[in-house]
Amino acid sequence: MSVRTEIVSKRFAARGPAAVDNVTFEAKPGAITTLLGPSGSGKSTLLRLIAGLERPDGGKISIDGKDVTHVSPRERNVGFVFQSYALFRHMTVFENVAFGMRIRKLGKERIQERVLELLSRVQLAGYEGRYPSQLSGGQRQRIALARALATDPKVLLLDEPFGALDTKVRIELREWLLAFQESARVTTLLVTHDQDEALELSEHVVLLADGKVEQTGAPHELYDAPATSFVASFLGGGSLLKGTVRSGRAEVGSLAVQAPEGAEDGAEVRALVRPHDVRLEKAADGGEVAVARVERMRRIGPRIKLLLMLPTGDAVTVHMPKTEVDELGIESGDRVLVDLKDAKVFVEDYAI
Amino acid sequence: MSTVGFGNTLLRRRGVLPGFGAGFGLTLFYAGLLVLLPLGALILKASALGPRDVFRLVTDPRTLQAFQLTFGSSAVAGGVNALFGLLLAWVLVRYQFPGKSLVDALVDLPFALPTAVAGISLTSIYAENGSLGALLGKLGLKVAFTPLGVTVALIFVGIPFVVRTVQPVLEDLDRDVEEAAAVLGATRLQTFARVILPALFPALLTGFALAFARALGEYGSVVFISGNMPYKTEIVPLLIVTRLEQYDYAGATALACVMLLFSFLILLAVNLLQRWSRRGAPA
Repeated sequence: MSVRTEIVSKRFAARGPAAVDNVTFEAKPGAITTLLGPSGSGKSTLLRLIAGLERPDGGKISIDGKDVTHVSPRERNVGFVFQSYALFRHMTVFENVAFGMRIRKLGKERIQERVLELLSRVQLAGYEGRYPSQLSGGQRQRIALARALATDPKVLLLDEPFGALDTKVRIELREWLLAFQESARVTTLLVTHDQDEALELSEHVVLLADGKVEQTGAPHELYDAPATSFVASFLGGGSLLKGTVRSGRAEVGSLAVQAPEGAEDGAEVRALVRPHDVRLEKAADGGEVAVARVERMRRIGPRIKLLLMLPTGDAVTVHMPKTEVDELGIESGDRVLVDLKDAKVFVEDYAI
Repeated sequence: MSTVGFGNTLLRRRGVLPGFGAGFGLTLFYAGLLVLLPLGALILKASALGPRDVFRLVTDPRTLQAFQLTFGSSAVAGGVNALFGLLLAWVLVRYQFPGKSLVDALVDLPFALPTAVAGISLTSIYAENGSLGALLGKLGLKVAFTPLGVTVALIFVGIPFVVRTVQPVLEDLDRDVEEAAAVLGATRLQTFARVILPALFPALLTGFALAFARALGEYGSVVFISGNMPYKTEIVPLLIVTRLEQYDYAGATALACVMLLFSFLILLAVNLLQRWSRRGAPA
């Protein structure tokens, strides 16, 4: 069951900025679509608009082909999971999961059966008599998921569901969600600001910035072919260098990289250099190479993070496996040749 | 809630803050001096009367009526305050309106007002020639000098308790819990009955208990509006004062002891109910 929004907008203050600004996108049935963006990009508001918890100022929202723009949240039949879990504290786990079914006046046995099935599905069988306060954060969030799934929702809306959990639990829950999704195939919209989460979990990413859609596509498409420097720096990150186009090549200081097609001579460009995409050599000749100085080296587990200073005064961060650094014999203070072949070059105004 | 494993855990555990021994001792001494000592003296004084005399005093029709009126009107006043206090707290927490802080401040006024002043003003309003009393009189409703008047006075003095106990809990109530209920298909009424009210219930019960207890002991505001008619509108505190004025100290303290016993039992029951309703709340 698909979810579509068409030029949906929402402002919280009459003359304030639009939290969601003419957003059009479609979430494919049976897949996880991520609404990704920095805080304040409007991703949570968009999710709440789809759930009916906010009213749009304009545009159309449809779920499963039906226009639900003016339908109240209780009639949309969506499952919503909050970052704060939002469990009913005075109810047992059983009653929490059963809530939606009790509202729908399902039979006792049916409810009993379904709750126990869901609890085993979220690996919390035997917890039905506990209260939320007796559970850990990860367990609470799984109960919230079970509660949201209990009414067979058409879509599952997850608002930064793992945001309040520690890294280890977060990674476990991600694995669990992927496994669950592979078997259940519920259309899922996941809001997150965590690029790793988006890249790992989703089949489709909608990247938002300032309430607008910046780019949509499969995670690898956004990563490999970012439409804007914002997308590139948000997904993958990296060092941003200024340059100028000269005879079809973007010159960044003494380095030159392939300029984007159609870039005019003299145009200002920005080159985004991803930390993993830089190759270093101690001695080599070649086109797209330059000499830089290794300012600092830090070891992060199996990797080494190097800070390079280019002759232009720009700093570039590089991540390399420790073994590779050892093979090259690079030490702090060394002069190295830098290959920026995979830098993404953008012709545009860009402000950080 | 399970921290009061006395003796073996509480006394031995070293907290971050020092001075448990001194603090605990001082608390016991303070509570003893201010609460237990006067109550002990009361029971001692009452014991001058034999059990038979106490029984005769308590089962006297005039006393029985006073007990009935005191507990009955206090319970009704507590209930009315619970209902409207909840409403008032809800409006104060959930809505923005001009003059909100003024209304918020007004709620505390019955606390500060000398009860006699409250009694006199209520009487003058509700008396047959009073502004509201004349109006209600046309409808055939008599408030002043009736049990209804007693209840009105008790409602007045009890307003702040429910509002002030429910208000902070309501403020802390997460909106997303209500949203979760709505997304799960609950109507507003269902959300209120199944999600909000159970969360507020312990605080509401505390507010009710406080308003009820306050009403039981109320004297100043009631004696004016009740008219103090024997067998009709006398409250227990009035009977106690009457006996004191007649130098019948034993009788007065005996009445006080019976009153104390019943109040204690009722408040204990409310407390147990509250503990039960709090199950599942984070400790």
